[in-house]
Amino acid sequence: MDWKIYFRAVSVVARKDIRIYYRKAPVFIFGLILPTFLFFAFFVGRELDIHKYFPGFLAMSLFFTSSSVGPLIVPWEKQQGTFERLLSYPVSISTIVLGDMIAGALFGLMISTIVGVAGIFLIPIAINDVVLIFIAFVLGNVCFSSLGVLLSSPGGKAPANIMMLAALVRFPLIFVSGIFIPVSQMTGVGQYITYCSPLTYLVDALNQSTGQVSVFSWWVDVLVMIAFAAVFLLVAVTVLRRRSLRGM
Amino acid sequence: MPALEVRSLSKHFGDVKAVKDISFSVNQGEFFGLLGPNGAGKTTTIRMIIGVLKPDKGSILIEGVDLSKNYFEAKSKIGAIPEVGNIYPDLSARENIDLVGRFYGLPKSVRQERAEKLLSDLGLKERGDDLARKFSKGMRQRVSIACALVNEPPILILDEPTEGLDVMSRRLIVDKVKEMNQKGSTVILTTHNIEEASRLCQRVCIINKGSIVAIDTPERLRRTAEKMQIVEVSFSKKIDVAWFNSDLITRSEQCGDKWHFYTEDPDKAIEHIVKVREKQDLKIISLSISGPTLEDVFVKLCEVP
Repeated sequence: MDWKIYFRAVSVVARKDIRIYYRKAPVFIFGLILPTFLFFAFFVGRELDIHKYFPGFLAMSLFFTSSSVGPLIVPWEKQQGTFERLLSYPVSISTIVLGDMIAGALFGLMISTIVGVAGIFLIPIAINDVVLIFIAFVLGNVCFSSLGVLLSSPGGKAPANIMMLAALVRFPLIFVSGIFIPVSQMTGVGQYITYCSPLTYLVDALNQSTGQVSVFSWWVDVLVMIAFAAVFLLVAVTVLRRRSLRGM
Repeated sequence: MPALEVRSLSKHFGDVKAVKDISFSVNQGEFFGLLGPNGAGKTTTIRMIIGVLKPDKGSILIEGVDLSKNYFEAKSKIGAIPEVGNIYPDLSARENIDLVGRFYGLPKSVRQERAEKLLSDLGLKERGDDLARKFSKGMRQRVSIACALVNEPPILILDEPTEGLDVMSRRLIVDKVKEMNQKGSTVILTTHNIEEASRLCQRVCIINKGSIVAIDTPERLRRTAEKMQIVEVSFSKKIDVAWFNSDLITRSEQCGDKWHFYTEDPDKAIEHIVKVREKQDLKIISLSISGPTLEDVFVKLCEVP
């Protein structure tokens, strides 16, 4: 394996995605509008403790932003005929998956940093652990961008079909991740379901870094997010390779 | 060392065997054609060679480098236009070329210099900064060929690059590919245009139903069907082809205002045609005899009705 060509392909794919898909004004504006609407839906006119629920809101914004465009890229490119062209260059399925993931993670990182900084200065939210919040931001974006890429992998040439699948997976996750009901207050099956959601660990890490109640140690949150990201990427590569073998 | 060596390549999709154990090699600097009817397995073969599809069996060596073992090194040696190989409509022509140059690790100055030259050679200099989505099919295909050439590949693989293009675009692309071939690049071309293949290719490989049915120079292939001659006749008025039915004529075909009568004995066939002419009170405007074309060989080998 020529790693120099491999990593060059990953970086060029990521660069291409940012240039073509993420640098569009509507995508960027949507990235900022979504958290704004979520903020209004969460806190305006409700008797919620903003400091307690801000980590959940931040995690939800990060989750939606970093996994928003990723599911569409592969189906879009298959529809346009650019996916096969891309594969004719010194590029492999795994470099495409990694490149797509990095582009989504960078986009999510930028938007979630803006939202996080706005929260720190405007609300203001106190940060207890700067290093942990930074790690949580990076890993959260990597993890959910990987989920976005995974969602794109079984898709054919119709982005609309993938959008339905993405909505079906992403929306239920926010209800089982300790955003609306803290994990510490959950019992029984509900608690076990919450443990299966990767978003739970981001919410928990953000809770811990902002001085709120957390359930797991920071290293558990970090390791689980890394594990989820690795599984999402591996499954995405496997599914895309299998589909490619069948000429799909 | 051959530029490309394909050994016992096979690929199936479900129950369909698209490519059945084919082997061939292409010499350095050769202009090589892959011909075959729709569904013959040409595109599947090309897709395996450019690394888009993985073969079920067999190996592909690009300048001696095994594609399955040294994937990136092997692919760095080729420039390709797959059958379904579009450019990015949201990038300009120049940006598309630049992007591909990045995949091959070309420095910025080289990418810029080559993009300028390719845009100029392919008649797109004035439109280099326009988004590709605004281009006609021919212009997009010219950008596509520029993308395939930006790394100045030793091997150029083109899957029907001139299909459905206007004369201007077709000529610009063919001229550019010929120029690359003259500079030493090996060209592998699949096309439905047999006349184009006959004119451009030093050797052609005819594939039918997933297997190679012939591989040789167009001239040698033409000679294998030499027994078959064509008597081309133009009549003064409309004829009924049934008038000419005879054991001497194996096939009749109307080509514009002329008729092609395929025969193994042109002398006797002409005698028969003249007899019919007298009987039906026809006037012959022109009459000529020609040998088989590559298309005739293709039709014969592929049993195309």
